[in-house]
Amino acid sequence: MITFDRVSKRYEEGHDALREISFRIDRDELVFLTGHSGAGKSTLLRLIMLMDRPSRGQVIIDGQNLATVRARGIPQHRRGIGVVFQNHQLLFDRSVFDNVALPLIIAGYDHRDIGRRVRAALDKVGLLSRERALPITLSGGEQQRVGIARAVVGKPKILLADEPTGNLDPVLSAEIMKLFEDFSQVGVTVLIASHDLILISRLRHRIITLRQGCLVSGSAL
Amino acid sequence: MKARRETVRRREGASPSRTGWKDRLNAWLQHHRLSAADSLVRVLDNPGSSLLTWLVIGIALALPVGLNVALDNVSQVSAGWESPAQISLFLQDRVDDESARAFEEELVSRKDIRETRIISREEALEEFRTLSGFADVLASLEENPLPDLMLVTPAADLDEPAVSALRAELQTRTEVAEAVLDMQWLQRLNSLMELGRRLVMAVGGMLVIGVLLILGNTIKLGIESRRDEIVIVKLVGGSNGFVRRPFLYTGLWYGVGGGFLAALLVSAALWFLEEPIGELALLYESAFQLRGLGVMGALNLVILGGMLGLAGAWLAVSRHLVHIEPR
Repeated sequence: MITFDRVSKRYEEGHDALREISFRIDRDELVFLTGHSGAGKSTLLRLIMLMDRPSRGQVIIDGQNLATVRARGIPQHRRGIGVVFQNHQLLFDRSVFDNVALPLIIAGYDHRDIGRRVRAALDKVGLLSRERALPITLSGGEQQRVGIARAVVGKPKILLADEPTGNLDPVLSAEIMKLFEDFSQVGVTVLIASHDLILISRLRHRIITLRQGCLVSGSAL
Repeated sequence: MKARRETVRRREGASPSRTGWKDRLNAWLQHHRLSAADSLVRVLDNPGSSLLTWLVIGIALALPVGLNVALDNVSQVSAGWESPAQISLFLQDRVDDESARAFEEELVSRKDIRETRIISREEALEEFRTLSGFADVLASLEENPLPDLMLVTPAADLDEPAVSALRAELQTRTEVAEAVLDMQWLQRLNSLMELGRRLVMAVGGMLVIGVLLILGNTIKLGIESRRDEIVIVKLVGGSNGFVRRPFLYTGLWYGVGGGFLAALLVSAALWFLEEPIGELALLYESAFQLRGLGVMGALNLVILGGMLGLAGAWLAVSRHLVHIEPR
């Protein structure tokens, strides 16, 4: 589902964020991506999201070589990927419902369909009763769950998460991880960047480790 | 080998997300509705600043449009004078009444002359005496200094060069001392009007550019204040068109409101001027009536405002939106 083939990324100022990275993640796998800050985790996710292009090598997502995706095709590509951000990236002047509905509005779903799907996603993350609330009135853990509901509402094949438990206490973090495991069991490919080694090593999934832009363990290609 | 496998996979990957063109059209229309309503709500939610924007656009549009209406009215007045032009024939002293009448009959029978009128030197003197107030001076004159005058009205279908040619021809007649076509002041008025029209166009053009820049700047501020939202929308797959739409509608609402205000301002100014102009027309015994914008004019103004709004928003959006990308 996600294939990196000798991917390097060098930024203009000469800093090598990724060096010759190769790995492969299959459908319905859940994989952790770990390493110190600056090891290249975020860069790797950015390449999958097409927020950046690799300097060398190929990224293939769901059978499509991203080098063939032109600027016009980027929105379509992103609609196929659900993303959970560390800082949630919620719209604070819109209700929880509207936040979660955003990807569906963008994709052009019918409004009745939107209501049904949004409530299903909110139900899944346990926030159905808060659909009218504004995100600012929610706790950090709840905001993160709104972000997760938004990421999965369009039923993407791939779910990416960048430090989804970064600001949460261990109990909440474990709950969030449990949610991701549930999604991977229904056929979603999940890739989670996290430096919370204690938590992720307990969960018994493959761990890809990056160090200074190099892949040091967890490759399966 | 590898490349072939990729293309096969890509085809599989693309198919599930494909929707019919009808669905896509519906989604597109739905988002237009949503954006239009949403941006209207946003504009109305800030009545103070929106009203200011509307006023700026309204005044900038009302100025050239008002001047244009004024010019239209002036040309309406002068159109009444322009045709039929009159040629004044001052007859030679030696032409007596008899031959003057014969000359008149000859002229009236011509196809390019509609009518003629003789003002004899006695009549002219009498008229001059009553109108000028020089009665005493004139009475002391031994003989009448005025010539016989024949006023010739050319046929209505004669254009300006033809009338001039007619004047030149009449000038060559032995009965005529001088043939005068008094159109010079009209020509002067016309060129003044043309000058006025050009000035209005120049001022209007500059004001239109001003409106575009003001709107562009207003929309730019709107874009800046919603930068985070734009980034998020782009992250979850919103296309440039999707992000652009609400801002274009915002521009449209500003423009439409401004055009409406401009129509209102012009109408108010005309209403304000109507009474004194009516009195003036009465004093000149003219049936002149002030011609306003009319419903179509007002509608056109609103449409023009809307189009300017769209254009200004487009300017801002095309300059600023592409630079806002998720980082």
